[in-house]
Amino acid sequence: MAQFKLPANSRVTDGKTYGNVSGAKRAKTFRIYRWDPDTGENPRIDTYVIDLDKCGPMVLDAILYIKNEIDPTLTFRRSCREGICGSCAMNIDGTNTLACTKATTAVNGEVKIYPLPHMPVLKDLVPDLTHFYAQYASIKPWLQSQTPAPPDKERLQSVEDREKLDGLYECILCACCSTSCPSYWWNGDRYLGPAALLQAYRWLADSRDEATGERLDHLEDPFRLYRCHTIMNCAKTCPKGLNPAKAIAEIKKMMVSRTL
Amino acid sequence: MKLRSDLSRVLGLGSAHAGVHHWWHQRLSAIAIIPLALWFVTALLGHMHDDYIDLKTWIQSPFVTVLLVSLLAAMFYHAKLGLQVVIEDYVHVEIVKVLALAAMKLGCVFGALLGIVSVLKLSFGM
Repeated sequence: MAQFKLPANSRVTDGKTYGNVSGAKRAKTFRIYRWDPDTGENPRIDTYVIDLDKCGPMVLDAILYIKNEIDPTLTFRRSCREGICGSCAMNIDGTNTLACTKATTAVNGEVKIYPLPHMPVLKDLVPDLTHFYAQYASIKPWLQSQTPAPPDKERLQSVEDREKLDGLYECILCACCSTSCPSYWWNGDRYLGPAALLQAYRWLADSRDEATGERLDHLEDPFRLYRCHTIMNCAKTCPKGLNPAKAIAEIKKMMVSRTL
Repeated sequence: MKLRSDLSRVLGLGSAHAGVHHWWHQRLSAIAIIPLALWFVTALLGHMHDDYIDLKTWIQSPFVTVLLVSLLAAMFYHAKLGLQVVIEDYVHVEIVKVLALAAMKLGCVFGALLGIVSVLKLSFGM
């Protein structure tokens, strides 16, 4: 039942070392997880030594430099390079974060980069987020209302009600929080995880939404919601500074409120 | 199985419509245990040098009997709720999980009954 070692074909080996930076004033070593599904080989850790004076300040700049100048086979997702798309979420220096907003100099010593933890890996630093996105879809992340929208203007919301969405609407669904959560690691098939639950609360807290009861019905489950044990890794790791654990606590409070 | 849509896999058997009472009662029982346990430890310290008869006389007070029974009930109920979460979290083989949950619940009921009957037996002087 309990498994204490990785399966033989998942054990990580030492890989190749790249980079000749003799004379560089700011040499930095990057140790990056590599796995190619086409080779049938075990995952490995490749080592790249680069001169930080030749690339931008962020970890994303560094791995783009590696891909462009040293090893074009290095695979990772990236898009906006300014912390709004969530594509470049990965585990850097032991913490899930966005490579584009993590400064290389913020890491002491070698920069260790792995894909987001406990997700199936498609290649190198690219995790399979299919299930994560399906969980997001399951909470119906859109405004649900029986009252028709006014024909000549938008649905109104007071300033106070709008403020209730602060700390929620900023979520970019990078999956850093969910993949840092031990409860999500052990029961991610049924537990919705901090990201989907924060998004669920974003609609529960929206004064314009009229499906609060149905939304709570959907979440009222020992696994979907109540696997959260307030471990708080989600809040600690969120690169946007959000607090999914608080949003989950608010959902639990709403659940109790409607029974009392 | 693999042909099921991703959303279908997430929706699974639907919501169990349960969990609220478990969560709420776990907190209520935890809060109840704090004063009960403090009282129990303090009271025991006060009766450290009592002999059997003195201790029995103390337990026979209705106030003490009720508090002891309440402590045992809250403690075993809280233990049952907590252990249930641990088993659900970490046991992933379905049959083992079901058996472990059943054994744990029966064990907690047995422990609570054993404790409560013992207190009542002393209290009623049998």
